[in-house]
Amino acid sequence: MTAPLLEVENLTVRFTTRDGEVTVLDEVSFALQPGERISFVGESGCGKSMTALAVMGLLPAMGRVSSGAIRFKGEDLATVSETRMRQIRGNEISMIFQEPMTSLNPLFTIGRQIAEVLQLHRGLDRTAAQQRAVELLEAVRIPNAAARVNDYPHQLSGGQRQRVMIAIALACEPEILIADEPTTALDVTVQAEIFALLRDLGAKLQTAIILITHDMGAVAQMAERMLVMYAGRRVEEGRVADIVKAPAHPYTNGLISCVPHISSVATRPDRLPEIAGIVPPITSFGQDVCLFAPRCTRAEPDCKAGKPKQMSVTGHAGHTVTCYHPHAEVTKND
Amino acid sequence: MEDVKDHLESARAQHPAREVIQMFVANRAAVVATAVLLCVVLAAIFGPMIYPTDPFEMVWAPFTPPGTDGFVLGTDYLGRDMLAGLLNGGRVSLTIGLVAALMSVFIGITFGALAGFYRGFVEEVLMRITEFFQVLPTLLFSMVIVALFGASLTVVTLAIGIVSWTAVARITRAEFLRIRELEYVTASRAAGASNLVLISRVILPNALPPIIVQAALMVGSAILFEAGLAFLGLSDPNVVSWGQIIGSNRPYILDAGFTVTIPGLAIFVTVLSISLIGDGLNDALNPKLRRR
Repeated sequence: MTAPLLEVENLTVRFTTRDGEVTVLDEVSFALQPGERISFVGESGCGKSMTALAVMGLLPAMGRVSSGAIRFKGEDLATVSETRMRQIRGNEISMIFQEPMTSLNPLFTIGRQIAEVLQLHRGLDRTAAQQRAVELLEAVRIPNAAARVNDYPHQLSGGQRQRVMIAIALACEPEILIADEPTTALDVTVQAEIFALLRDLGAKLQTAIILITHDMGAVAQMAERMLVMYAGRRVEEGRVADIVKAPAHPYTNGLISCVPHISSVATRPDRLPEIAGIVPPITSFGQDVCLFAPRCTRAEPDCKAGKPKQMSVTGHAGHTVTCYHPHAEVTKND
Repeated sequence: MEDVKDHLESARAQHPAREVIQMFVANRAAVVATAVLLCVVLAAIFGPMIYPTDPFEMVWAPFTPPGTDGFVLGTDYLGRDMLAGLLNGGRVSLTIGLVAALMSVFIGITFGALAGFYRGFVEEVLMRITEFFQVLPTLLFSMVIVALFGASLTVVTLAIGIVSWTAVARITRAEFLRIRELEYVTASRAAGASNLVLISRVILPNALPPIIVQAALMVGSAILFEAGLAFLGLSDPNVVSWGQIIGSNRPYILDAGFTVTIPGLAIFVTVLSISLIGDGLNDALNPKLRRR
């Protein structure tokens, strides 16, 4: 196995709020190989976006990495200087956001906004950058790119704007692209196109992709591996095929059974399974118990006996689960 | 085919700048005010060349009423040509208004942008300084400055600029607080933009509309302010300004009202035009007021 491109180890992020310190991410670990596509899955407020922001060094002012490491090609991004981080952002690691409608600066043409990254990181002059911007617009399949390059964001549709965001993110051919729910604000048909585009360009540029989503369909379509997060912790990780077929964690199981399936809709059109309850308040994150236990169908008294340990699922390489009573047969790590 | 093309062209979303111009042009008062102000500015620039009478020279009998003996606007208490005074005074008043407004915009944007962008300690310090200037009685403070540093044109302009930047600082800060949270700022940051780039090239251009409106209004208030200082005798005695003409002719207001009324009208018309233009800009630049 080659050395991972990005290795996040026991990343703990804490926020200082009015009510004191809260743990937002609790010892999250994962590794990303070059060119690999991984997906972060979980409900809103589980720390998926926070993990991404921590990698980008864009945590909100009240947040900080309190322990753990984010190793990117041998550098620890948790301790690297802001100047170095700026060189990495948009150049070696890029990010695209949820809201394409508001992610572009309304005052400048899209060509200029693409050109700006190239001028910043690649030192291209204005003409060359503008030239490259047209090529990038063609690459993200915007028709008539040579004319559209002078358009302002308000002249584009949501899907087109997200394509422009992708063009900006991939302009410097980064090694990692983080896509934070890139299609949530878009039509279903456009969603499929954006995913196809991300997959194709990712493969062409050998860019590793971290896709943050709560759409299981997107995970199946986009990622090779997935990481399920709950309440700031990693609860399950493994190959998408393995997990979808046999989820080991009750939470993952719940998430997957929430996806309406054509056969279940046909037989029981009035019923759609759900996971009862809601994500606990952020102030209770980091407690020394299984935080999913109150919502879990398999909870036992011992679930409150400390943080669950990470176990390997038997028969699946690289499939781990952090649970006292998983659905699968497990062996203890270490 | 041409038809279809025309149709498509009109269906295309408009450039925001063009929309702003259209909104401004739709405001009749603002358009008239622009025309009036343009006349005033042209008169101030070219007037003294076309009508080269020295405004300080005593050329005729004092208090010659307007229209007599070839003096269109008459003469003042020392027999100086009022028209020459008005044209030359316009130069001074407009220059002071413009420079003082630019100065306060510059100081205000610097304070407001840094406070709104960095928040925290920087914001506390800068906004306390802003509040300090805000609570100072402006006229008194500027009088002290002029009294201390002498009544020259530069000092008067500086004094006006120093007492009137706080409004710009507060507006700029408020806009920065709003815009810094928007997604395109985060997106620019994620693309590797530095704080300097974020402040000057991402947030500031988007924060400009209300600042422009405030700046336009400030030109008017700076002209009034200068008139006030000049009226009190606190302006450069070596140059004529509208306020100074009013101030020096004040004792004779009952005998020769025109010597005070004419420069007063000039100030009134200019400041009113500027206010109406500011109002028109506000309508055109503020998306919430559009399409009422």
